[in-house]
Amino acid sequence: MPKEYRTIQEVAGPLMLVRGVEHVTYDELGEIELAGGEVRRCKVLEINGSDALVQLFESSTGINLSNSKVRFLGRSMELGVSEDMLGRVFDGMGRPIDDGPEILPEARMDINGLPMNPAARSYPEEFIQTGVSAIDGLNTLVRGQKLPIFSASGLPHANLAAQIARQAKVLGTGEKFAVVFAAMGITFEESNFFVESFKETGAIDRTVLFVNLANDPAIERISTPRVALTAAEYLAFEKDMHVLVILTDITNYADALREVSAARKEVPGRRGYPGYMYTDLASLYERAGRQNGKKGSITMIPILTMPEDDKTHPIPDLTGYITEGQIILSRDLYRKGVTPPIDVLPSLSRLKDKGIGEGKTRADHANTMNQLFAAYARGKDAKELMVILGEAALTEIDLVYARFADAFEKEYVSQGYGTDRSIEETLDIGWKLLSMLPRTELKRIDDKYLDMYYGK
Amino acid sequence: MSTGVIKKVAGPLVIASGMRDANMFDVVRVSRQRLIGEIIEMHGDEASIQVYEETSGLGPGEPVESMGVPMSVELGPGLITSIYDGIQRPLDDIMKVSGNNLKRGVEVPSLKRDLKWEFVPTVSIGDEVETGDIIGTVQETIVVQQKIMVPYGVKGTVKEIKSGEFTVEETVAVIETEKGEKDLTLMQRWPVRRGRPYQKKLSPDMPLVTGQRVIDTFFPLAKGGVAAVPGPFGSGKTVIQHQLAKWAEADIVVYIGCGERGNEMTDVLNEFPELKDPKTGQSLMQRTVLIANTSDMPVAAREASIYTGITIAEYFRDMGYSVALMADSTSRWAEALREMSGRLEEMPGEEGYPAYLGSRLAQFYERAGHVISLGKEGREGALSVIGAVSPPGGDISEPVSQATLRIVKVFWGLDSALAYKRHFPAINWLNSYSLYLDNMELWFNEHVEADWMENRQKMMTILQEEAELEEIVKMVGMDALSAGDRLKMEAARSIREDFLHQNSFHEIDTYTSLKKQYMMMHLVLAFYEESVAALEKGAPLQKLIQMPVREQIGRFKYVPEDKVEEEYRKVNEELHVEIANTLGKGDF
Repeated sequence: MPKEYRTIQEVAGPLMLVRGVEHVTYDELGEIELAGGEVRRCKVLEINGSDALVQLFESSTGINLSNSKVRFLGRSMELGVSEDMLGRVFDGMGRPIDDGPEILPEARMDINGLPMNPAARSYPEEFIQTGVSAIDGLNTLVRGQKLPIFSASGLPHANLAAQIARQAKVLGTGEKFAVVFAAMGITFEESNFFVESFKETGAIDRTVLFVNLANDPAIERISTPRVALTAAEYLAFEKDMHVLVILTDITNYADALREVSAARKEVPGRRGYPGYMYTDLASLYERAGRQNGKKGSITMIPILTMPEDDKTHPIPDLTGYITEGQIILSRDLYRKGVTPPIDVLPSLSRLKDKGIGEGKTRADHANTMNQLFAAYARGKDAKELMVILGEAALTEIDLVYARFADAFEKEYVSQGYGTDRSIEETLDIGWKLLSMLPRTELKRIDDKYLDMYYGK
Repeated sequence: MSTGVIKKVAGPLVIASGMRDANMFDVVRVSRQRLIGEIIEMHGDEASIQVYEETSGLGPGEPVESMGVPMSVELGPGLITSIYDGIQRPLDDIMKVSGNNLKRGVEVPSLKRDLKWEFVPTVSIGDEVETGDIIGTVQETIVVQQKIMVPYGVKGTVKEIKSGEFTVEETVAVIETEKGEKDLTLMQRWPVRRGRPYQKKLSPDMPLVTGQRVIDTFFPLAKGGVAAVPGPFGSGKTVIQHQLAKWAEADIVVYIGCGERGNEMTDVLNEFPELKDPKTGQSLMQRTVLIANTSDMPVAAREASIYTGITIAEYFRDMGYSVALMADSTSRWAEALREMSGRLEEMPGEEGYPAYLGSRLAQFYERAGHVISLGKEGREGALSVIGAVSPPGGDISEPVSQATLRIVKVFWGLDSALAYKRHFPAINWLNSYSLYLDNMELWFNEHVEADWMENRQKMMTILQEEAELEEIVKMVGMDALSAGDRLKMEAARSIREDFLHQNSFHEIDTYTSLKKQYMMMHLVLAFYEESVAALEKGAPLQKLIQMPVREQIGRFKYVPEDKVEEEYRKVNEELHVEIANTLGKGDF
């Protein structure tokens, strides 16, 4: 029986100071027992002699300095994992909330995980067909990648994420897959949208949900993605499954991080976010990947809403430096009725080059991809010029490019959330659009592919 | 050696008491798990220690033992082809001990102890030797011959010298010094935070050829120079660093992945052994040392990683090699510095970075250079450093970029607008610079072609003027330009698309020799100059712009190196013919 302390000295925000403790270690998990018997969890943030600075994982409401008791459990926070977690719903701390039975754990794993040895990683290169042209064709997702969706308030990121979760498959394989979904501070409606969408396709049986809604304690959000990723690691690396992890919304997570940092009176970095936010976010994102000698993989799609649609805000900025690309949604396209409103030019998949080409998608993929990017960029420039100077000011070829840009948005990007396009369809639509341009303009495509596909 | 006890633990910072006898920057072993740390502050008998491993589970009362030596690296045969973490532990050996994930307190030697190396002595008994003199060599890989040097502070007469196969710990020579006999092994140690001494620094006078056109032609880096590559995410910093690590004409490459993605290091590990060095024909891995402290690995070791890397690089420089060091990214290093500074409760400077950020960066970059190393021989070695900077939001007014720009002489500014257009390398030609151009002019003109610098200047001028014309076009449209100006715009487009744009993933385009660069430069300019002349003689603009030879110029970058001469002649002739055709009679 661990020793109990009634020496809580201070409670401020998510922090608590406990005096006179013995044999307490850094990062140790603790429990607070309130007078009424309710138990809440916390962890040690700093230990200085016999003073322990403790961070609460749950709300501090009702904590009483004289009669609440604190116990330290001698271990860091762990999650009991088992294959039975599939199809179940948990709260942000990993406790079941769907009226089902408790999970009988096959193993207990530290929720912080351990960093992956870079020498043990296996490079992601298996093409995942999401059925979304703007992703498959231009910003290809591969197994083991972390590819966030940069959205903003009011944009349909949930629809896109649900579409990907529904349609994603690796061609020509029938391997075990699972979805791990972590909701952090989103509304009930948004969370329910995902649940309904998983139910519709029957994917719910292969899904583990961790839900921390907007009215749940913000501080719990710090553990939610870690708990979810621990479950994902177990399924991927112990049970050989291909796991797709959806984390939404990282912005709420970062705000919770800022709350703790502010309460500790740390020197803030940009916009009040702590200086170690990069490291902290990396400790989540880098848990995606594949390992040598393991069959399973973790592919991660974190969703974040950019405050003020600003990509240089610290949250999207630091995320972009860690993840392997980003899918950016655009308000302009959304207004134009393009669904999904993916802005392909600033979007990027860093791992696409190894995941496409002969034997994976099709030999002409890389060439057409570069050409589509270049042509669309030029078309958009031409359209901008047209806005200022009128159509008459454009040269003939620029007019063709401008028309190309419009057609590209309408036919290539805008496909609706219900359409599941095969990679061949996506590439063929690309060729159809490129055929609007004169052959001499297609400098980035090899002659042999032009002969094969141009104008056909 | 002094032993204390832990008093406080806060993340990677541990404060221990009873440490009065320890020195600043000594290595310590923290707790019963013997985690590695370094003393960074002393107050009375309390030492502040930054711990290079995850500290969870540590508590007051556990022992802390000072090892009495500063953070050092092991230098000797076995470095090349290794992949180390930030404090020089080989990641492949760690994997054998702790599996796919990194566990704590793993103790593995930096250089493999069981490997035997063939040592060939180059001195004989009775020879006088001093610091830096070579006593023998070890062929470490097919391309790298490691020279075994007399360690710092040793001077005397060779009393015994062996030859044959030895491990790094066995004695290969005995030197009779004034203070007694000194045994030399293949391995020596050096504290990472101190630059290795040399005789004299020289000013850099030749370029580090990289095979990247925008770099070699426009903004060359000198051997022994320093360059910075700042850019927002997605602008291709890492691809540039990888390209340089692959193709830079250096004998040794040290690549430091500092707080970056794990998969990027995996990429290097997979790709480098497959790629062939154009100079030696051997795998690129045979000349590479990798330091990987990825973003999920402990933050304090990230701070140490760039010192570990540069010390290894200096060691090879001292052998007389040209060494190139890439650090990706120095911003992550600065953030690690900021995190420790915050935990030490220091008064912050700009944006929370410590006030000594600038001086630490300067100290690091100043370890680069073209030097004459210690020893009687006076070997010339060079250490070039290329640091990536990741400014938040791509805005280089932030402290790390600014502190870096004050030191470096080459600035390759990456531009997200270019990246969106998939113009790679996305180095902006208008705001980038190289201050080595003047030093380098003579070399280029002598070693490549006499009009190299002149041609370079012509291309720069066209691009400058394009930027101005672009402004006009934005206001009044293309039609308002004169035929001459429109031709100039076309020439600029050709420079951008046919010359500057380079596809790192294309088998041939990924590396361009200086000779081929010169030819490409010449073709692009010849098109412009001859068209201008033709235009003056009355040739119609449309015809000049639509000459089919332009496509050949555009595809010249894909011509293999062994066929360039022939193709160059062909394209040149074709250009003359087509220019003449535009002036042809009757059909306009």
